[in-house]
Amino acid sequence: MALGGFFSRLKEGLSRSTQKLGGGITAVFVRRRLDDAALDELEEVLIGADLGTEAAARVIAAFRRSRFGKEVTDQEVKEALAEEIAAILRPVARPLELDPAHRPHVVLVVGVNGTGKTTTIGKLAQLWHEQGRRPMLVAGDTFRAAAVEQLQIWGQRTSCPVVAGAPEADAAGLAFDALGRARTDGNDVLLVDTAGRLHNKSVLMDELAKIIRVMRKQDPTAPHSVLLVLDATTGQNAIQQVKVFKEMVAVTGLIVTKLDGSARGGIVVALAESFGLPVHAVGVGEQAADLRPFDATDFARGLVGL
Amino acid sequence: MFEALSDKLSGVFDRLRTRGALSETDVGEALREVRLALLDADVALPVVRDFIAKVRERALSTEVLGSVTPGQQIVKIVNDVMVAELGGEGAVPLNLNAAAPIPMLMVGLQGSGKTTTAGKIALRLKERVRKRVLLASLDTQRPAAQLQLAQLGERAGVPSLPIVAGQTPVQIALRAMETGRREGFDVVILDTAGRLSIDEALMEEVKAIRTATNPAETLLVVDAMTGQDAVNTARAFHEALGITGIVLTRMDGDARGGAALSMRAVTGAPIKLMGLGEKLDALEEFHPERVAGRILGMGDIVGLVEKAGETIDQDEAEKLAAKMARGKFDLEDLAAQLRQIGRMGSLSGILGMLPGMGKVKAQLDDAKLDPKILKRQEAIISSMTPKERRAPDIIKASRKKRIASGSGTTVQDVNKLLKQFDDMSAMMKRMNKLGQKGLMRHGLSALLPKGMAQGNRPPGRGF
Repeated sequence: MALGGFFSRLKEGLSRSTQKLGGGITAVFVRRRLDDAALDELEEVLIGADLGTEAAARVIAAFRRSRFGKEVTDQEVKEALAEEIAAILRPVARPLELDPAHRPHVVLVVGVNGTGKTTTIGKLAQLWHEQGRRPMLVAGDTFRAAAVEQLQIWGQRTSCPVVAGAPEADAAGLAFDALGRARTDGNDVLLVDTAGRLHNKSVLMDELAKIIRVMRKQDPTAPHSVLLVLDATTGQNAIQQVKVFKEMVAVTGLIVTKLDGSARGGIVVALAESFGLPVHAVGVGEQAADLRPFDATDFARGLVGL
Repeated sequence: MFEALSDKLSGVFDRLRTRGALSETDVGEALREVRLALLDADVALPVVRDFIAKVRERALSTEVLGSVTPGQQIVKIVNDVMVAELGGEGAVPLNLNAAAPIPMLMVGLQGSGKTTTAGKIALRLKERVRKRVLLASLDTQRPAAQLQLAQLGERAGVPSLPIVAGQTPVQIALRAMETGRREGFDVVILDTAGRLSIDEALMEEVKAIRTATNPAETLLVVDAMTGQDAVNTARAFHEALGITGIVLTRMDGDARGGAALSMRAVTGAPIKLMGLGEKLDALEEFHPERVAGRILGMGDIVGLVEKAGETIDQDEAEKLAAKMARGKFDLEDLAAQLRQIGRMGSLSGILGMLPGMGKVKAQLDDAKLDPKILKRQEAIISSMTPKERRAPDIIKASRKKRIASGSGTTVQDVNKLLKQFDDMSAMMKRMNKLGQKGLMRHGLSALLPKGMAQGNRPPGRGF
C-alpha cells in the first residue's frame, strides 16, 4: 500500500477518536501560563484517554520539568505532549517480522473474548497473501458458536486454506495436525486462532499453554510469534491482561483493535511503559485493509489531535 | 483497593488530626484519594467529578468532621453513594409488559457480547418465565454472525429465525416480528451487528430497526472491562435509541467494572443483567450493592456464598457434617472436600471475593501459588488403599513411599497431607468437645491449636 495513502487513512481513523482529546486540550490551553492548575487539567485530559492515573502523572511530571511557568499556546502544548508520548511509544513500534528460516513461521493469536482475534487473523492473512506468502489458517476456536465458520469465510476471502476440526475438538490436537499439514504443503505462515478467554480463568489459560506444548512436538521452536489482541476500548484491566498472558504464553507482541471508534487507546502508553512489548499493528475497521502498522509519532500526534 | 483506600484515608486524617479540628480542605484531600481509586477502577472522569461532588456534600453536611473515625465515615459515604448511583438496592427485571410478540433489541460495540447475551436471555426467559422466544440475528456485517446465533439457539433449545441471504437488517427485523406473530411467540430477541457509536450510517440503520419494531427493551450490551470510553458510547447509543437497560458482560473477569457506574450515570437506565461466564446459564441479575463493593475493591462476599451454594453438593456436605459430629472424619472425606473446593474455581478467584483479602491475594500471586496443589493432594489420597484412607495411622514409611510413587509426588508431600489431616481431625475433636455453647463463648479462636490464634492470621483486616 502507498505510504501517503496509509498515513491519510490512519489519520482518518484516528481523527475521530482524537476529536474529544484534541478539543479538551484546545479548551484548556488557548493561551495561558502552564501553572499547577493547567497541568492538573492536562493530566485529566490524559486520564480521560485511558492512560491511567499513574502513566498520566508520569507524563505530566516530565512535562512540568521542561515547561512549567511558560506562556504556551495550544499548538505548542500539543506538539510537546505528542513528542513526550511518542518518545514512550517509539521503542515499542516494531512491525511483525516473519522469519523465513521457519517453514512455517507459526503465529499464535490469543486474547480475551471479543477483542477481534479472528478478524485480525483475516486481515493478516490478506496482507501476507498480497505480499506473495502462503498463509494457512487454523480454526482453533472450537468453543464459540460459529467461530470456525467465521474463519472459513475469511479463508475464502483471502484464498487461504483453513484447517478446522469437529466442534468442541481439542484445539491443541488441531494445531498439531495443522502444523504437520503446513510443513507438508509448504505453507510459510501458520496463523493459529484460539478461543477468547479471560486471563483469570486458570483452566482456560492452561489449555493455551497446552497448545504451545503440543505444537513444539512438531517444531521445538514454535510458536515463533504470540500475538495478544487488545481492544482499544479496554480500560486499566488491559494491564492485568498483558501481565497474565505474557506469563502464561510468552506473548511477543500486541495488536490493538477498534481504534476507529471513540476510544483513544491511551492504555497503550501505560503498557509500553510497564512491559515494553512491541505493538505491531492497529485495527481501524472491519475490512481486510483496515490493519495498519503501528507508528509511534502518528499515534501520539493523533492522540493529542494534531 | 478498598482496604488500601480506607488505609490511605485514615492516614490522611491521622496526619490532619494533630492540627485540631478538620476543615473543608481536609475533606478535599481525602476526596482526592477517592478520586484516584475511582479512576483506577475505570470510572469515567466526568462521572467521577459528579460522584465526588455528591460525596463532598454529604461529607460536609454530616458528622464526618466531628467524628473520631472520619476516614471510615467517608468510606461509608462513598459506599452509600456508589450503591445509590448504581441503582439502589435490588435488581430491575426485564420489561415483559407489552403485547406479544415482545420485541427486544440488543445493541452495542463490536465484541461486547451481544450475541452470547441474546442466547443467554432467551434461555433465561424460556426456563424462568416459560416464554416462547424467537432469536433473530440482524448482523449482516460480521462473517457467520447469523450462524452463531442459530447455533446458540440450538444449544439453548430456542428456535431462531431461518437465515435468508441478501436481506437488510430492517427486512430481517420485520420478518422476525411477522414470524413471531404468525407462530405465536411471546418474545422476539433482535440481535444487531456491533457498531461504533460514531459510525453515522450504522447508527441510522439501528434507528430504523428501532422505529420499525418499537422494542419493549433496547438493551445496551457493555463489556465490564471498558475504560473511559464508556461515557461516549453510552451517551451516543442513548441519544440515538433511548436505552431501556444495560447488560454488563464479562463480570467473571477481574476488571473493577467502573464502566457500570459511568453507563448508569450517563443513561439513567438500570443495569438489568450481568454475564458471568461463557456458558449459556451464566447470566445473573445485577446487584448494585455487590458491584459497588467490587468497584471499590471490597470483595464480593455474597457472590462467594452463592458460588459455594451452587457448586457444593448439599447431600455430600450434610453427610460430612454428620461424620464430623461423630468425630469420624477420614481421608475419604478430605478428598471429597478437596474436590468441592476445586469445583469452586481457582483459589485466587475465591480469595478475590473475600473482603480484605486483596493483600493476601497479591502475596499469593507473587508466591506463584500452584493451583494444582489441590489436585495433587487428591491424587495422593487416590493412591491410598481404602483401608489406609479410613485409618491413616497405619501409613508408615514404606506405605508412604508407595503412595508417593503412585501419585507422582514425594514422601514429603504425603507427610504434609497427613499432617494437614491430623490438624483438621484435632480441630474437629476440639469442636465436638466445646459443643455449641463453647463455640459461642470463645468464637472461632477456640478451635485453633494454641499459638495459631494470634500468630497465623492473614494480614489485612481479617474476615
